[in-house]
Amino acid sequence: MEDKLREFFNNNFKDAVIKEDKFRGDVSYYIKPESLFAICEALLADSSLDVKFLSDITSLDWLNHEEEKNGRFEVVYNLYSISNRYRFFLKVRLDGENPNVKSLVDLWDGADWMEREVFDMMGIIFEGHPNLTKILTADELDGHPLRKDFTLTWEQPKFTWNLDDPPEVIK
Amino acid sequence: MSNTAKTVTLNMGPQHPSTHGVLRVILELDGETVVKAEPVLGYLHTGIEKTMESKLYYKALPCTDRMDYLAPMSNNLGFSLAVEKLMEIDIPEKVQWVRVCLAELTRINSHLVWLGTHALDLGAMSMLLYAFRDRESIVEMYEACGGQRMMTTYIRIGGLAQDIPKDFEKGIRNIIKVINNGLNDYETLLTNNEIFINRTKGVGVLTAEEAISLSLSGPMLRGSGVKHDLRKANPYTGYENFDFEVPVGQNGDAYDRYTIRVEEIRQSLKIMQQAIDGMPEGPYRAHVPGIVLPPKEDVLYKMESMIFHFKLITEGFKTPVGSVYQGIESGKGEIGFFISGDGTNKPHRVRVRTPSFINLAALPKMCEGNMFSDVVCAIGSIDIVLGEVDR
Repeated sequence: MEDKLREFFNNNFKDAVIKEDKFRGDVSYYIKPESLFAICEALLADSSLDVKFLSDITSLDWLNHEEEKNGRFEVVYNLYSISNRYRFFLKVRLDGENPNVKSLVDLWDGADWMEREVFDMMGIIFEGHPNLTKILTADELDGHPLRKDFTLTWEQPKFTWNLDDPPEVIK
Repeated sequence: MSNTAKTVTLNMGPQHPSTHGVLRVILELDGETVVKAEPVLGYLHTGIEKTMESKLYYKALPCTDRMDYLAPMSNNLGFSLAVEKLMEIDIPEKVQWVRVCLAELTRINSHLVWLGTHALDLGAMSMLLYAFRDRESIVEMYEACGGQRMMTTYIRIGGLAQDIPKDFEKGIRNIIKVINNGLNDYETLLTNNEIFINRTKGVGVLTAEEAISLSLSGPMLRGSGVKHDLRKANPYTGYENFDFEVPVGQNGDAYDRYTIRVEEIRQSLKIMQQAIDGMPEGPYRAHVPGIVLPPKEDVLYKMESMIFHFKLITEGFKTPVGSVYQGIESGKGEIGFFISGDGTNKPHRVRVRTPSFINLAALPKMCEGNMFSDVVCAIGSIDIVLGEVDR
């Protein structure tokens, strides 16, 4: 399956693949964000690879890390082929200023909530998502909690007290 | 409640007995028919993924119990396996067998609570009492192993928290007997019960294509006729040594999910029987100095072990740069841990692919166009734990 997948990328998307990586048996392909949708569409259409199952979408923030030079955010697509019993990852790197990538909702219904969660927690914009709104955090919360620069000492929405308005006892 | 010209918007939850926690669903009704169902989540969001980023790997482990509190051992196992994959730790054979035994015990625990509450939603109150009566033997086993009835944290990175109790074998054999007897009770009560069949057959139907497109896993996926079980497909912790069947449904309705879960309890008993019969002898923790905590007995009497213990608790271990994913088949579906190490002693990012959250996304599709009274049955048949949905 690993060879078949490499062949698939070599034949159709040679320019789109930045790097192929294998770490502890997990195969991942770093691809260009603009070709993500086309690759997923082709994977779905390929009957011998039979990659029909989008297991998960998640994201990483490489702020202040050596890896940041390739783009601050990383969105990880966890794909699985049920008939071949094979799992691999598609990874795209996005810049920190305006992280956006095309939504996969048109291909998988399950991408809906996963993308909403990534948007909520990491602030990545999925273009073409029909309802890209908060899913887990409170409506009053500003910012995206899983970003590395999210302020942890600031409680919001405020239930107790924040650092610059200490309670009576501390004053 | 607000009235428009044609439809009525009705709020269900978050405090509602049949939403299994704090799930809120906004329903748009046309008479008795559901036009639109929109789940609203986040009432139990505690930021567990973010919390784990600021903890050493050993100290992040107890967070996993708090997600799916009905299946703590499965979550412990998933996280431990992911860290072991990242650090390339080999696990002693006995630990693997104990883990299999406990993971199956946890599956039964999770299914029993589901069975009781799901039947309760549909009006069969005595089922809840039977299920909790038999579950008691399982939580007592947890207590004997890890010292706690729910948040066990018994399966640790590199092995187990402590050696299995002396009467482990006897206890497991007793549980197998108790659940086997109990299964007869449950099936007599429900399987051919006309009310139960009327309430569940043809409710919340999902075809195989829909189930795959929605990324469902566990009994939700198998109920729709897709034979996929990570224990068989990508065996972990030695599942390839065990002989068991993967039950598959045909119609993809709530009744099929019920029969699958009951059959899974039976198969879990079979696996536990094999595990307890062939349990090998050996250490309860891998011997990897500097990464895996030394056994407690050694810490008390050996200086090197004492030093390693102290260093591991205060500083932890450093991981390589790279990310791993380990998915396991918990009672509810595929629970996966995606851990990204950045060369320090704390995880750079822990992502938990929780089955409850992703399976719950199927709720609108299961409800829309169907009767209002079936919403409760549809929610029940997904088997959600809100601690895991919201994390």
